[in-house]
Amino acid sequence: MLAIFKREMRAYFTSPVGYMFCAIFYAVSGFLFMLNTVQAGESANYASYFSILLFLFIVIIPLLTMKLVSEERKMKTDQLIMTAPVTLFDIVMGKYLAALTMFGSAFLSSSILYYIPLAIYGKPNAGLYIGCVIGVFLVGSAFISIGIFISSLTENQFISAFGTIGAIIFLLFVSALNSFINNEAIRNFLNGLSITTRYTYFSNGILRYDSLLYFISLSAVFLFFTVRVFERRRWSKS
Amino acid sequence: MIKVEHLTKQYGDRYAVNDISFEVKKGEIVGFLGPNGAGKSTTMNILTGYLSSTSGKAMVDGLDILEHPLAVKKKVGFLPETPPLYLEMTVKEYLNFIYDLKKCTLNRKEHILEVCKVVKIEDTMNRMIKNLSKGYRQRVGIAGAIIGNPEVIIFDEPTNGLDPKQIIDIRNLIRELGKERTIILSTHILSEVKAVCDRILIINEGKIVADELTENIEGALRGNRRLAIRIEGPSSSVLSSIKKIAGVIYADISVEHEDGSATFIVESKNNVDLRKPIFYMLAKNSWPILSLEFTGANLEDIFISVVDEADAEATVGKK
Repeated sequence: MLAIFKREMRAYFTSPVGYMFCAIFYAVSGFLFMLNTVQAGESANYASYFSILLFLFIVIIPLLTMKLVSEERKMKTDQLIMTAPVTLFDIVMGKYLAALTMFGSAFLSSSILYYIPLAIYGKPNAGLYIGCVIGVFLVGSAFISIGIFISSLTENQFISAFGTIGAIIFLLFVSALNSFINNEAIRNFLNGLSITTRYTYFSNGILRYDSLLYFISLSAVFLFFTVRVFERRRWSKS
Repeated sequence: MIKVEHLTKQYGDRYAVNDISFEVKKGEIVGFLGPNGAGKSTTMNILTGYLSSTSGKAMVDGLDILEHPLAVKKKVGFLPETPPLYLEMTVKEYLNFIYDLKKCTLNRKEHILEVCKVVKIEDTMNRMIKNLSKGYRQRVGIAGAIIGNPEVIIFDEPTNGLDPKQIIDIRNLIRELGKERTIILSTHILSEVKAVCDRILIINEGKIVADELTENIEGALRGNRRLAIRIEGPSSSVLSSIKKIAGVIYADISVEHEDGSATFIVESKNNVDLRKPIFYMLAKNSWPILSLEFTGANLEDIFISVVDEADAEATVGKK
């Protein structure tokens, strides 16, 4: 698992992807933060900064995940890692942790950095701030897991990227469909799928176990699916 | 060392590998020979754990690949048809990655340097793989396969797409590696197996159609032995004299040369050597031999006839 993790981390920085990710993330998040706090004047609101940050994921998460599995298949390097003495779980987990480390270090470092001006010029609620950070991190980790799964389905990294963009847009906006739907059952179902509904608890400073469990199991399920995709290819009958 | 029993891989209705059984002893170099799409790669992919078989068993050193995948994979080094290279890495980074991936316990620096020396890439260690030529990429692939000193190495078409000089280098390398290890290699080039392997398995349409030691394969598979002899003398009386020699089952004139000599084609049963009786007969009659050689069925012909026979049997079987 460590070998895979190290190789993926190196790959991020021997190609432009890692730099692009950092540049886009810091530039856009810094701009959004400024708009929502410094520029907003009296009613500075960092919770809305974090909510808007979720929409940045549409662009930056696919950047991290699009190559992870599809590139291996395209370059046939999957034959190397699948015939090496490592389990499929190790392979998938190594890749997931690499993407998570990229995202996590950029996001957490920016969150700590942005807290400093808040603390100097105002009296932020630290608990609420941490709640938002945990919430955004969990949403990001779930999206990465979905991105890896989609990447495992295709050899083409652009299809992988667009698929992930589509999936993230769907999960972010699915609850918005509710205003057009009269059927109670369907509305409940869509609410259940919605990431934003769960995220709202965190941004209100409420740490609910069911939401925590929702995000962790979402990541776990898609990582499991990815392992199954590898496995299925090994046993393929067509 | 390697034991395969009734191995089958099915894709829909098509059998990529159909009920193959064979054994490879420790230290042997075995060549898989067959036309493209015969099932060589599939068999190798199953042996290395990249694919799973539909039924049957594949064992390395007594361990079933499905039951003990990690233990088997540790014993087997694999060079797939396309070398699995990360183009954006340097050779050194790549080999270090494989060293980690295989969880090697040998001294890292020494071992990697040693492997590089064996495949002669020590002067390209700091270059990016994407800047290397095809021959060097192939060597890096081989280096990856032998990292960790696996007991078994499987090469899928190791000389594919290389120039003649590189082909000779790689063949020598494989022979060198085969001194201490068990090796399976696949190819559709016949002279290659002849040059490198101890034993040849011919595979066609997912089945083994021949399994022979390299030194026996021409003899074992060919029905008759064929001689081409150029003799100076009256051709018709030479021919009738040759026909009288015991053991000759066919003789004829193939070319009449302008200098008065002629080339004769003489066939005998496989276990009969006609060279000496022919020599004595000609010497007695003072008809000098200008040249004498075995001709006809070479490996290519054998291969094609074996594959054709198998095809014919299959069609008869279907009817």
